[in-house]
Amino acid sequence: MKPAPFIRHVPKTLDEAVKILAQVAPQDGRVLAGGQSLVPIMAFRLAKPAHLVDINEIDGLDRIASDGTTLSIGACVRHGAFHKSVVGNPLGALLTFVARHIAHYPIRMRGTFCGSLAHADPSSEWCLTAATLDATIVARSTRGERPIPAREFFAGIMSTALAEDELLAEVRLPLLSPDTKFGFNEFSRRAGDFAMSAALVTYRLQGGKIAEARVGVGGAEPFPRRIAQAEAALNGQPPGDKAFRAAAEAAANAVEAMEDHQTSAEYRRDLVRAVVRRALEHSNR
Amino acid sequence: MSAREQHTKGSGLKWVGRAIRRLEDPALVTGQGRFTADLPAAHWVRFLRSPSAAGKIESVKAPQGATMITATDLKGVKPILPMLHKFSYRPVPQQILADGEVRFVGEAVAAVVAASEEEAEDIADAVELVIGDATPVVDARAAVASGAPQIHAEAPGNVILEGRIKTDGFDGVWAGAHKIVKVDARSRRQNATPMEARAAHAAYDAATGRVTLTCTTQMPHLMRTAIADVLGMPESDLRVIAPDVGGGFGQKMSLCAEYVVLVWLARKLKSSVAWTEDRRENLIASFHSRDQTIALEGAFDKDARLLALKADVLSNIGAYSCFPTTSGVEPLMAMAEMPGPYDFRQYECRARGAITNTCTMAAYRGVSRPVITFALERLMDKAARAFGLEPVDIRRKNLIGTFPYVSAAGLKFDEASYKQTLEMAVEHAALPAFRKRQAEARKQGRYLGIGFATFSERTGYGSPAFTARGMAITPGWETVHVSVDPSGFIEARIGSSPHGQGLRTTLAQIIADELGVEPHKIKVIHGDTDTAPYGWGTFASRSLVISGGATLIAARKVRAKLIKIASTMLEAAADDIVLEDGQAKVAGTDRTVSIAKMAREAYTQTHRFKGEIEPGLSESGTYDPPGTFSNACHVAIVEVDVETGRTRIEKFLVAEDAGRIINPMIADGQVHGGIAQGIGNALLEEIVYDDSGNPLTATLAEYMPPTAREVPEIELHHIETPSTESITKAKGLGEGGCIGAPAAIVNAINDALSPFDIVIDEMPATPQRVRAALRKAGAA
Repeated sequence: MKPAPFIRHVPKTLDEAVKILAQVAPQDGRVLAGGQSLVPIMAFRLAKPAHLVDINEIDGLDRIASDGTTLSIGACVRHGAFHKSVVGNPLGALLTFVARHIAHYPIRMRGTFCGSLAHADPSSEWCLTAATLDATIVARSTRGERPIPAREFFAGIMSTALAEDELLAEVRLPLLSPDTKFGFNEFSRRAGDFAMSAALVTYRLQGGKIAEARVGVGGAEPFPRRIAQAEAALNGQPPGDKAFRAAAEAAANAVEAMEDHQTSAEYRRDLVRAVVRRALEHSNR
Repeated sequence: MSAREQHTKGSGLKWVGRAIRRLEDPALVTGQGRFTADLPAAHWVRFLRSPSAAGKIESVKAPQGATMITATDLKGVKPILPMLHKFSYRPVPQQILADGEVRFVGEAVAAVVAASEEEAEDIADAVELVIGDATPVVDARAAVASGAPQIHAEAPGNVILEGRIKTDGFDGVWAGAHKIVKVDARSRRQNATPMEARAAHAAYDAATGRVTLTCTTQMPHLMRTAIADVLGMPESDLRVIAPDVGGGFGQKMSLCAEYVVLVWLARKLKSSVAWTEDRRENLIASFHSRDQTIALEGAFDKDARLLALKADVLSNIGAYSCFPTTSGVEPLMAMAEMPGPYDFRQYECRARGAITNTCTMAAYRGVSRPVITFALERLMDKAARAFGLEPVDIRRKNLIGTFPYVSAAGLKFDEASYKQTLEMAVEHAALPAFRKRQAEARKQGRYLGIGFATFSERTGYGSPAFTARGMAITPGWETVHVSVDPSGFIEARIGSSPHGQGLRTTLAQIIADELGVEPHKIKVIHGDTDTAPYGWGTFASRSLVISGGATLIAARKVRAKLIKIASTMLEAAADDIVLEDGQAKVAGTDRTVSIAKMAREAYTQTHRFKGEIEPGLSESGTYDPPGTFSNACHVAIVEVDVETGRTRIEKFLVAEDAGRIINPMIADGQVHGGIAQGIGNALLEEIVYDDSGNPLTATLAEYMPPTAREVPEIELHHIETPSTESITKAKGLGEGGCIGAPAAIVNAINDALSPFDIVIDEMPATPQRVRAALRKAGAA
């Protein structure tokens, strides 16, 4: 369980990093941030990158900034940065709640938000967050900067719209209106395991009715996405068991659930139903 | 004051019975432990493993300049050939490296040698291995069905052994029974997952021609005997050391082919060579266990008394037989101990081992008993339901209550407390209050359940038990040398090989009481064939009983000698000498002499004792007991989430009796650890193969031992029934935790789901399985 030989590059600036990446990408060069997914994959020799562009020594990539409408998360911001709220907005509380469900403490202190998106595991809590909130993913290369909407970013299991010479430099999340309610729930076999299904919901209340509902589901399909049918089941309804069950049912019916040797599609739809309803219950606290 | 403390006080012993801190721990918790993989080596090995479950090896080609050995290089090396002389056992040979044919994914085909682990893995990656197509057999039932592909020519029908028992008069009792209750129990496959996977380091000494094999093993002496046999070398040319060992749980008590390769390579290269197994190798290619189905039927009279038991056990033993226990270890344990703690006279059993194209099965903590206890306790719960009784009431009617008791399978049970531990557990679990809470919760759509498991745990059995199985190698006895050196320093050299059990502490406590010294002044030496007496190592909840007994015998001899010396030196009658505080004293006087002074005289002033006392102060004790039964009642209270199928353990409670407890803290730790593994068995851990024999659980992301978050607080209560079959009065308790926990948990799940009228007789009871059962019942 030792990785195949590779050369590690340690650029000091983002410009230098994308320049190196442009050179080494055709020889299976990969970006190394927290390494909590890439390094185990290399140890199993499922990936054998010849070059690693280690971005940990680049100044400023650990920056989290808010301009009043958007929260910008730099490429080296660790999951643990969200253990406390990073912004005085419901988004801060949402990120803190979600972060607690990511793996285990040592992993959260090393793994990065942006790295999680670049890796694009179907179960990733941050991928679900980005998809649900319609994040903008900022790709950098020697060709310049390319903002990618979340709904165009995820392409399949561990597959994204990033070109091989592009580095995921930043993720921008829209701040939420101050009256936004959110709820999150995930199901995994053990504490800290990959979620077999997870749901993140946000909405506002207008005259006691749900408006602007967002229902994101992760872990059930090759990548997380918003479920329009579930959102439609919520909008215009008063929050409560009836609407929540209808939305959960709609989500369970809408997903094309992944199957494996131990887990049937039927069971995964059961989980989607459960996590969506529980996320909605959580939102209604 | 607890019952236990009172008992110990009454025993007149000062150290036995006290929860003193483990003498092993300061080094381990400060990073000073020394493990096999810490040793530097000139060469490192990477094993090239079969990616196919079955097929002929067509070619193995190493890259130019690489050092690689295959079966061709090992001509003259004998196969591993475990042997049983009973039960129609078919000996099947295992070549050290696959020779011509592979039989499971992960089987070692070649060994690559390089200057570092990384380089060895790079080279192994570049080896071209071609294996022809063949149809594998993965499932035990498929393997024994007619027309299944033959895995070994030596074992027609893929049956490696078949044991049968039937008591006289069985048929008549069966025919006259009031009610027959049935369980089709299934346990999926597990891996013991010790924290430290396998590792070995073999170093050649040019001066003597000897090889020192340092390896992570539970039985260093037997490894030496076995490897010397296979390689055809004198045992005296091989020294085996078990340094600190990071858990074994049975996985490290079988001979692994990899260690044989290491010794062969050290002799060939006249150098040092090392191998550290990685977790993927451990999960697919070390040893597996618990892959068993048991069709169990019980015949009851109209008062719900069990009259007869009928069992059909099928154990998937994998591709080869393990040495020394053989693959009879699971099916034959099941056959012998299936009757459990219940009083009935008629028993019929068939127990078979099926060969399949999967990783070889070997012992894992509990050996079969987690599965047979699961089957039997499910049966008792089902019978209780059929008779409209509380599960505890049917146990009250059927548990053994008079001793000694000879079971329907012929095992002799010494005095124990089956009924008392059940009552103790019922009381602490507050059963009536729970039933009330359960009913309330159901009204709110929450499903709580309680499950009981009562069981016996056969421990500390010597050579007669292994002889009864017909094993060519019959372990059992232990020898201990206790000596006092001329400075008064006391050491015990033992043949057991503890690796987490705390034996350095508990044996020191036993010696301390005999010699009147403090335990931390006694050193227990083990795990090195050059310095420890021949012994069988540590497994099967045996060491404290057997090595502890041998320690007591040796320590008593040393004590007798010290009293003789003291009697001469103090000019007092032997009866008046007491040993305490590191001294011999004449009772009722102020005359004393220290052990250090007596020891010095025993070596350097032997003329003083001429003709009376042999020179030196070193004695040996050997002990080979028949075995003694511990017992316990486990109780699990769970909540099942019917939407997701997940089980949460709310409370786990144990009432345990393991005879005299030498160190309560260590005893509790054994129970805690076993329960954690039992939780894995019940809910989480499962080695999965696809139909082509590919393992799908090759990392700890897929194979799921419980973490601290899945293990609840465990409440322990003790009764101490001193064993009459063990001279320390102690019984073993290394396996009880994992024997009782799965049955208690799955019984609790079934109790929780009783409103839906569904049955879960398979473990692990994963959320997927629980949901599938609920859906099948149209329940949710």
